[in-house]
Amino acid sequence: MDVNDAHDVTQAQAGDELAFRRLVERHSRGVFQLAFRLTGSEPDAEDIVQETFLKAFRELRRFEARSSFRTWIHRVAVNCAYDLLRQRPRYKAESLDAADKDGAQGGGIEPEADGASRPDRLAFGAEVQGRVRTALELLTPTERTAFVLRHFEGRSLEEIGETLGLHTGATKHSIFRAVQKMRRALAPFVGPAVGIGNEGLEPGCSAGL
Amino acid sequence: MNHLTEEQLVLYHYGDAAESAGTASIEEHLHACAACEADLMNLRRTLSAVDAVPVPDRGDGYGSEVWARIQPSLDRRSDPWWHPLQALFVPRRLVFAGGVFVLMVAAFVAGRFVPALQPAPPDGQAGGAPAANPQLAAVEQQQVRERILLIAVGDHLERSQVALVELVNNPAGSHVDISDERQRARELVSENRLYRQTALTTGEQAIASVLDDLERVLVEIANSPARMSKADFEKMRTRIEQQGIIFKVRVFGEYVREGRVPSPVDARVRG
Repeated sequence: MDVNDAHDVTQAQAGDELAFRRLVERHSRGVFQLAFRLTGSEPDAEDIVQETFLKAFRELRRFEARSSFRTWIHRVAVNCAYDLLRQRPRYKAESLDAADKDGAQGGGIEPEADGASRPDRLAFGAEVQGRVRTALELLTPTERTAFVLRHFEGRSLEEIGETLGLHTGATKHSIFRAVQKMRRALAPFVGPAVGIGNEGLEPGCSAGL
Repeated sequence: MNHLTEEQLVLYHYGDAAESAGTASIEEHLHACAACEADLMNLRRTLSAVDAVPVPDRGDGYGSEVWARIQPSLDRRSDPWWHPLQALFVPRRLVFAGGVFVLMVAAFVAGRFVPALQPAPPDGQAGGAPAANPQLAAVEQQQVRERILLIAVGDHLERSQVALVELVNNPAGSHVDISDERQRARELVSENRLYRQTALTTGEQAIASVLDDLERVLVEIANSPARMSKADFEKMRTRIEQQGIIFKVRVFGEYVREGRVPSPVDARVRG
């Protein structure tokens, strides 16, 4: 654990409010980024940030320094966000159809050859971003949380499973389903998944597992 | 020869492949198979697009703003110690708690009478069969197969539990769209039938019984309309909760994941 965090946690657990304030100021941005990735909504992310630190203040005495304070506060944030996600109505595939009606163009995502931005490229980029946001809304709370923790936070399968109350197999499966849904949603921009392996044998392939 | 599955590619991308086919064998396949390599690149392009979505930046003063918002609330007294217990005294939860108690007793009784599957400690007494005994080897191979089956069933029960929990937690508007849940239930039904029949064949009656109960629920979900009225959805949710199937699946999932195998030396084998 960060030396400053370790010191401030000890002080805060002893009742030093200024020490807790330092923890809040040091970790707020990270918690906000995580909350935003989990919810896709700035207002929701702001609410989660507040709720996270209020909950952390009440439960700080239970923090035993087996993990870093950052890991712990992020876990509190994930639990808050997860509860919120479960209460939300979920988007279904029709949302993607609506996005398509806005004129999503096909074609691949290729690196800009000369590095310069052009208006059409910027518009295309905005379209892709909108599609990604919509695709994230298609995920179940479990899938979204598992995906965000694995993809953006780099948490291990065991940590994610512990956070979500799942064993490794179910955690892997949740991440896989999330990625699978993202691939299908972004296929108009990225190209369809080849998916040969899901259909079984394919002639001409001389290597296999 | 089989190509890599999408799941293998995802696991490989995140460095989690060691637990399945193994990173080395996946890499070997990717070097030799242009199609799978192309699929991996497609996957990575997708995830790059996800990475490109910006996160609103909060400036250096953000932490102070958060503190200013929460500080007044920190002065409130904590909730009294008995506050969380209030949530338990809700009639529906008391009925559920009663059902949970019955199931815990049933699980305990099942655990007492289902054959213990832990390998017996080495028997130091004379009369033990030599390790080279082919009958012993066959029994041990059978135990390995059963262990693999238990792991697969444990994973299936956990995936089913997740699917059921997400279904019952679906917030019900005037209409409820369960098309995703229905599709998942259909996939789980196919697996469930395979595991149930295998459990019956191997004499695991307790597991077969749970899978039978689970299958009934999954079939109901799979055969439900994709779009349900709130009233119909609430009826289905109530039926699922009253059966206690989620708890039952969780208990038995934990049970099979403990991975007990039959006693390795049967009296007949010792001779």
